[in-house]
Amino acid sequence: MTGFDFSVIPNAVPFLLQGLGLSLGLTAVAMAGGMALGLIIAIARLSRFRYLAMAAALYVNGFRAVPLILVIFWFYFLVPLLLGRPVGALYSVLIAFVMFEGAYYSEIIRAGLKSVRPGQWQAAKASGMTYLQTIRLVVLPQALRKMAPLMVTQGVVLFQDTSLVYVVSLHDFMTSASIVANTQNRIVELYVFAALVYFALCTAGGALAQRLNRDRHHAH
Amino acid sequence: MVAMIRIEGLSKSYGEVAVLRNCSLEVARGEVVVICGPSGSGKSTFVKCINGIEPIQAGRVVIDGDDLPSKPAAAARIRSRVGMVFQHFELYPHLTVMENVCLAQIHVLKRSRAEAEDKARSLLERVGLVDKEAAYPGQLSGGQQQRIAIVRALAMDPLAMLFDEPTSALDPEMIGEVLAVMLELAREGMTMVVVTHEMGFAKAAADRVVFMDRGEIVEVAETRRFFAEPSSERARLFLSRILAH
Repeated sequence: MTGFDFSVIPNAVPFLLQGLGLSLGLTAVAMAGGMALGLIIAIARLSRFRYLAMAAALYVNGFRAVPLILVIFWFYFLVPLLLGRPVGALYSVLIAFVMFEGAYYSEIIRAGLKSVRPGQWQAAKASGMTYLQTIRLVVLPQALRKMAPLMVTQGVVLFQDTSLVYVVSLHDFMTSASIVANTQNRIVELYVFAALVYFALCTAGGALAQRLNRDRHHAH
Repeated sequence: MVAMIRIEGLSKSYGEVAVLRNCSLEVARGEVVVICGPSGSGKSTFVKCINGIEPIQAGRVVIDGDDLPSKPAAAARIRSRVGMVFQHFELYPHLTVMENVCLAQIHVLKRSRAEAEDKARSLLERVGLVDKEAAYPGQLSGGQQQRIAIVRALAMDPLAMLFDEPTSALDPEMIGEVLAVMLELAREGMTMVVVTHEMGFAKAAADRVVFMDRGEIVEVAETRRFFAEPSSERARLFLSRILAH
């Protein structure tokens, strides 16, 4: 290998973009699904029905106790077994990510809901609102402001974690870069480029989180 | 005559600690009752049990002839007819004044937005805050926030109003404007249960005074008699302390 040749990158852009598309798409679905699932789990965990709360706690602690890569594998083999037909790597990975992220998001949401002071819950209850109305109309809107920075930060981590899908032969951005690096024998160039892309995107995410955090302090 | 609020043998404890012991009280329609007593005597908890915000362990609460049920949905319906005003206002900080006053009207009473806003405006006008409808609670003084909290409760057309130390979080110069609204309500014949240290309000507005200490209702007396000659030693001691200032 004589010197570096970065001209390999422009030629590989379409292929790399496909990978980036998968990474970003997976992140978006896992964030949206994870937040929705996380909200349900958080509400279950705060519920006064003890067994429901215990089941939710078991879910959260279970998923947080195993590495994501194991969960990906697990769903890859488990989902087809449960459904009785193959679903393809992409769908099994989507489900795995949503379930996994749901555990993490539920903790963020639970902390956010609990951070709203008891008087607000009492005021809503006193006006005749049901428990779910109280959460939807009074508590969650206030909690969301506090949670937004953490949710974005979690999304950044999640974006990085999408590189793990290589274990079920999906081509995310990292895997695509890796493939180009090896087939073109331009390992340094591709990995430097990949690092720069991750750095740029994650720094942007971090900046967004910081900004949300600042807005939150200005809001009150 | 049916009492608007009837509480029978109410008891409550947090773990081993009993906060309310066998408390009973009847409040007639249109009556104003002030609850006083040393801090930690269970006054706030007692008033929060009346609309079931705090669950009770023994006894019963009857509002306008209906038992406060244990089923959440049925309890919520009755609760919506009993207004509550808190020490720290508890306006919703993410909503404007108008939205604060309309939220439960729309989602609990199922009024239309126009109907709810009309109601809100006429009540805001009465407390002199109609120009604040687009403001957020954080932009208002404590006295203004508490008057709006009263309006928010009144917008539900309550059968009765509960006040939990409505002036104790206020700067002294703002206490008067809140008490004035409460006095006017009392004169209009609203049924009110008020936990307060404002003995001036009690003398001016209360029909009866309830004295609580250590989780018990020690004395219930007609206002004039309570201040002139309280029958219990504990109430006498309390009054001598609080009126000395």
